Amino acid sequence: MNRILVPVKRVIDYAVKIRVRPDKLGVETANVKMSMNPFDEIAVEEAIQLKEKGHAKEIIAVSLGPKANQETLRTALAMGADRAILVETDAELQPLAVAKLLQKIAEAEKPDLVILGKQAIDDDANQTGQMLAGLLKWPQGTFASQVNPLSGKVNVTRETDKGLETLEIIPPAVLTADLRLNTPRFAKLQNIMKAKKKEIEQRTPEGLGVDISPRLTVISVEEPPTRAAGVKVETVDQLVQKNKKKKKKK
Amino acid sequence: MSSLLLRNTTKLVRKLQPLSSLNKQTVRYFSNLLPDITLGLSEEQKEFQKVAFQFAEDRLLPGVAKWDKEEHFPRDVLKEAAELGFGGIYVKDDVGGSNLTRLDASVIFEALSSIDVSTTAFISIHNMCCSLIDKYGTEEQRQKFLPKLVTMENIASYCLTEPGSGSDASSLQTKAVKDGGHYVLNGSKAFISGGGESEVYLIMARTGGSGPKGISCILVEKGTPGLSFGKKEHKLGWNSQPTRAVILEDCKVPVENLIGKEGEGFSIAMRALDGGRINIAACSLGGAHRCLTYARDYLKVRKQFGQTLSNFQGLQFQLADMATELYASRLMVRDAASKLDEGHPQATGLAAMAKLKAADACFKIVDNSLQMHGGYGYLKEYPVERFLR
Repeated sequence: MNRILVPVKRVIDYAVKIRVRPDKLGVETANVKMSMNPFDEIAVEEAIQLKEKGHAKEIIAVSLGPKANQETLRTALAMGADRAILVETDAELQPLAVAKLLQKIAEAEKPDLVILGKQAIDDDANQTGQMLAGLLKWPQGTFASQVNPLSGKVNVTRETDKGLETLEIIPPAVLTADLRLNTPRFAKLQNIMKAKKKEIEQRTPEGLGVDISPRLTVISVEEPPTRAAGVKVETVDQLVQKNKKKKKKK
Repeated sequence: MSSLLLRNTTKLVRKLQPLSSLNKQTVRYFSNLLPDITLGLSEEQKEFQKVAFQFAEDRLLPGVAKWDKEEHFPRDVLKEAAELGFGGIYVKDDVGGSNLTRLDASVIFEALSSIDVSTTAFISIHNMCCSLIDKYGTEEQRQKFLPKLVTMENIASYCLTEPGSGSDASSLQTKAVKDGGHYVLNGSKAFISGGGESEVYLIMARTGGSGPKGISCILVEKGTPGLSFGKKEHKLGWNSQPTRAVILEDCKVPVENLIGKEGEGFSIAMRALDGGRINIAACSLGGAHRCLTYARDYLKVRKQFGQTLSNFQGLQFQLADMATELYASRLMVRDAASKLDEGHPQATGLAAMAKLKAADACFKIVDNSLQMHGGYGYLKEYPVERFLR
C-alpha cells in the first residue's frame, strides 16, 4: 500500500463538562477545551503503525472546519503523519457534507486506505465513514479492532453486537477505528518541533466543488432529564405492581 | 373598619409573596475563573503543554498517591517521560536533548506538576544538571555523560548544600585537592535530591581559597570508591524522590571530571540555579492551578445553610483573589523564563522574584483550597493535602 488518508475532527475535549447553550440549539463551545476526537487519534495511530511496519509510505491527515482545526492537524503531524490538508470553512458541516468533501480529496490523493474514527464524540453520528465508502463505491470495514494487511488485501476484524467478525477487504477501502484497535502514542517533543516544518495545504469546499449546505436542522438540544428519585418498596409483590402501573402509563 | 384593613393587608401580603422568588439562587459556574493556561503560548508550546498534560494524566496520575505513600521513586516512569523528550528539555540535540527553551520547559513542568509536583520537581532538577553539563562541559564530557542522561537511563544530582552551609552556600567546606591526575574529595553534602539513586553527582567543592572564587564543579560518578550516602530522609512531602546526604571520603576522581575551570564552580552553580528557580516556580504554578480547579468544583457541589458554597460572596472573593494571584505569578514566571532565554542582564533577579512570588502565592492558593474543602481537605483521600506538602 502506498498512501493512507486519515480525517481528523476537532471536538470538545472528552473531559469537559458540557453545558447547553441558552438558545437550546447546541452546546457551549466558547472558551471550552478542544481536542482531536479520541477515535480519530486511534485512526492516526493505526496509520502510523502501518507505516512503521512498512505497509504504507505516506500518511495524509485531513481536517474540515475553521482555521483552528490546524491545531488538530499539527497533533496528527506530531504523531507522525507526513502532511496535512485543511478544508477551511466556518459553515456548519454535517456528516454527508464531510463525506462528500472527503470523497473529492480521496479522488485527488488516491489513498489505498481511508481510516476514520468510528464516530465523533460530539455528535455520535457514526455515519461519515459509511457514507464515504458509499460515495466512493469502496468496501468498508467499520468498528475495526484489528487491521492486518496481507499482500493485496487487508483483513479487518470488526467489533459488532453479535461478536467479532473478520472481513477480507481489497483496497482501496474505508475503515473506521474502534476503541480497542490500539493505544495512541504521545507525541515526542522533537516530533512536535519537526511537525512545524511539515506543510498544511489549504483548500475550501468551493474549491473542491462541493455543496455543503445542511440537509438536517437541529430543532433543540436539551440536557438529559434529571434522574427521578428512586422509590423503595417493601416486598416483591409491590415491585411487580409498580412495574405494571408503569407499563400502563407508557 | 379594622376588618377591612386586615383584608387589604392580606391582599397586599399575597401580592408581595412572589417577591420570595427573587431569593431563588442563581447557579454560579465560575466559567471564567481559571486564567487560561494556554494564554500567550505559541502553537508549539501549546502542543508541548498538551502532551505534558496527557502524559501526566496517563502515566503520573495512576501512581501519584501510591508513590507518595510508599516513598517510591518511579524510575521507569521517569524513563518514559524522557522518551518524550522531557529528560533534557533545553539540552542541545546533538546529544539527544530536545533543544527547546526555558520558557518551553516551564510550560511543560507546569503541566506535569498539575498532577505530581514531587516527581516533576525531580525531573526539573535532573534537567538543570543536564543543562549544566551541556553549557559548561567540554565536548568530551558532553558526549560521555549527556546521551545517557537525557534518556534518564542515568540520573543526575546537584550537590551544593552542606550541613554547615545552606543559604551561605559559598562558605562550603567540601574540599577537592589535586593529586597528580586526580582530585581527592572530602566532605559531605546535605539534602541531595536523588542522592543514592543518581548515577552522576555534580559536586561543588573547594579547590582554592575561601569564598566563591575558590569553588569548582566536579562530576563524581556513583560507584566511585569514597562516595557513599547517608540514610534516606523521611520528608513531609516530595516523597517520590529520595533525599540523602552525599558523603565523600578520600574520593578520587580524574581531573577530566572538572566542569568548567577551577574557581568557576560557584558561578556555574548559581547560573544553573537561575533556571532551577524558574523550573521550581513552574512546579508551584501547576499545583496551584490544579488546586484552584478543585476548590472551584468543590464549592459548586458542597451545600451548607441550604445552598451551595459557591453562592457565598466571601468565598467568591477568595476564589477571585486566588485566580488573580495565579495569573500574576504565571506571568512573572513565564516572563522571567523568556528573559533567561534571551540572556537579559536582569534575568537572575527576575527569576528570583518570579520564584519568590510564585512559591508564596501558590502556597496560599493551595492552602486556601484546602481550607475551602473543610474537613475533607485534611483527608488523604482528597489530593489537595498532598499539593500542600
